[in-house]
Amino acid sequence: MGRAVTLTHQIPPLPIAFPLLVAAFLAAGRDFWPRRLTESLALGTSILNVILTARLLELSFAQPIVYWMGGWRPRGGVALGISLTIDPVGAGAALLASLLVVAAFVFSFKYFESVGTLFHVLMLVFLAGMCGFSLSGDMFNLFVWFELMGAAAYALCGYKTEDPKPLQGALNFAVTNTVGAFLALTGVALLYGRTGALNMAQIGRAMSSAGHSPDALALTAFAFITCGFLVKAAVAPFHFWLDDAHAVAPTPVCMLFSGVMVELGLYGALRVYWTVFAGLLGSHQAPLRGILMGFALLTAIVGGVMCFAQRNLKRLLAFSTVSHVGIMMMGVALLKASALGAIAIYVLAHGAVKAALFCYSGILLHRFSAVDEMELHGHGRAMPATGALFGFSALLLASLPPFGLFTGEALLGETAKRSGYGWIALVASLAAALTGGAVLRVGARVFLGWGDKRKVEGKKIKEERETSGGQTRTPAVMSGTAAVLVFAALAIGFVPQLKVGARKAAVDMTDTAGYQSRVLDRTPLPPPAPVRTPVEAGEFARGLATVLAAVALAAAALFQRRLPRAARAASRSLSAGIEPLRKLHSGHIGDYIAWLTVGVAAMGGLLTLAFR
Amino acid sequence: MSGLEWLMGWMGYAVAIWVFAAGLYGIVTSRNWMHLAICLAVMQSSTYVLLLSIGYRTGGAAPVFADIPVGARAVDPVVQALTLTDIVVEATVLALVVVLAVQIHKHSGTLDPDKLRELEG
Repeated sequence: MGRAVTLTHQIPPLPIAFPLLVAAFLAAGRDFWPRRLTESLALGTSILNVILTARLLELSFAQPIVYWMGGWRPRGGVALGISLTIDPVGAGAALLASLLVVAAFVFSFKYFESVGTLFHVLMLVFLAGMCGFSLSGDMFNLFVWFELMGAAAYALCGYKTEDPKPLQGALNFAVTNTVGAFLALTGVALLYGRTGALNMAQIGRAMSSAGHSPDALALTAFAFITCGFLVKAAVAPFHFWLDDAHAVAPTPVCMLFSGVMVELGLYGALRVYWTVFAGLLGSHQAPLRGILMGFALLTAIVGGVMCFAQRNLKRLLAFSTVSHVGIMMMGVALLKASALGAIAIYVLAHGAVKAALFCYSGILLHRFSAVDEMELHGHGRAMPATGALFGFSALLLASLPPFGLFTGEALLGETAKRSGYGWIALVASLAAALTGGAVLRVGARVFLGWGDKRKVEGKKIKEERETSGGQTRTPAVMSGTAAVLVFAALAIGFVPQLKVGARKAAVDMTDTAGYQSRVLDRTPLPPPAPVRTPVEAGEFARGLATVLAAVALAAAALFQRRLPRAARAASRSLSAGIEPLRKLHSGHIGDYIAWLTVGVAAMGGLLTLAFR
Repeated sequence: MSGLEWLMGWMGYAVAIWVFAAGLYGIVTSRNWMHLAICLAVMQSSTYVLLLSIGYRTGGAAPVFADIPVGARAVDPVVQALTLTDIVVEATVLALVVVLAVQIHKHSGTLDPDKLRELEG
């Protein structure tokens, strides 16, 4: 073995260890490091993480990597040590996290007032947690990283400790997600009790070789672990924490929450299903698909409707994330490699668009000290370039063909059609139209001054500024970050290698037997061949129809008074109809946990009925 | 099967479920952030009980093979390591929750989530 090979073999733990080390270094000297040093070091670390995870992605495409901590390799199919098991989906998730952390650091460079050294320390710990979660091959470590990235995220969410509002949002976030983590841990404990193993490959092999149909213990473990991760993924009815957290968290933190953290929740659920439960539950895919699809549809619709009903831009974007997670969840629920490949592309494009939109909300907050749509009415007229990019992002969000989100959604639609679930594409379109329309409406109102000028009801909502310096112009780092992100989302639709890569990554992730033999026997099985799903012209028509629907919804909301009487009455009764739904989002933690319990009970009950 | 074995077979799990439910009830009905943090800790304790019950073996010694022969009956050491890690991780989170609650009290003079209706959607 040459020296280069040895070095390459040592890469896997670095994206986790390196940010943690730098974070400790920065925390130790936070009173005397100059700000410039802190910022440069943090940015440099995140860029290095991008390079490391990109290299891991490249290596894992050739052959998924299994790294044993301290060289404790498995003997006779029994894993004694702790592994990092890296396939392209995991490495891709870590790369996305690293890229968005770079974007967040660049965005907050120099101007952010609230950015002290601790902010950088927490961001780096958050990054390490996300990378650890993506790369872990061990079930218990999955829980540990889940809570570690959680702890950093709760602290980042309540970072502006002067204001009681962020504190309450951070508390709701922390308590809900911690209860989710307990659920996951309980599930892990049950699996350990059954199989005596913590390595996911070994648990999976033991569960499927048991030979009998899924029993109460296996179903309970599955329900607990899946629901635990779905809390982080903000799938309804576990989603209530998300808008509270997003409404109060600093803008660069929101970029990470929406762009990658929430998606990692879905990743966890997927990883556990495909490595641990696929063998056991594989012969009962039809009912399982139905149950998961129910959660996905509920999420897409609740998120979309609530998104359209908001006027606080940050909260609006948060609900749009809920809605889009619903669309991603549809891909998870189909339990197919081709659906997984579709949502892999979708997640990348969504991460870029959503991060860009949060950048714009940060820019508006910087310029006008507000993120309320009504209050900002016409304020952005002097910023045509920003407005144009904002509007374009809204169209991207409504899955404008042939760009990033459309590519993913079209593939999803095709796969759904082939699985007998063709109609879910309509729900996905509705969700995309609602969220895209809502963002478009805000854009038209703020940057063009369109729409009925309504008096702001109630007290004026003043947001605390996050930035220092003059409000007369937008710093180049802010507008530049946003523009690059929009461009990235746009480009994702045009890179054919990405589609090929996503297909291959998805097939690797769903290859349960291959994963087990790679980890436990060190004998790689021949990789299964990726299946190509051609996208038909019908999907383009659907994409265009979605965008038109979004524009129509935005126009209807802007010019409500000019609508014909019947349409006005309909829109009034619709908004009265969603009032109960709004009331459910009470900001009260007890309600949230009650809904979480209902969700877990529903998942468990339906599974029991289906597998009786 | 002796009476003790029979009892230990299901007692731990029953206690774990009971403690989990008690913590959950406390969180759902809580009117005070500090009380809620403690309920969270109660709920978390159920995971310790569950883990230790899973690793328990009747008549097993502590898994330290210094003064007992190798191969003697011992309880599972892995679950103890898991419990310890669980404690460390959750202590971090709990400390954070308490700090946030203290800060809330400092700024608004109340710990009642109902009185802090700043976040109505």
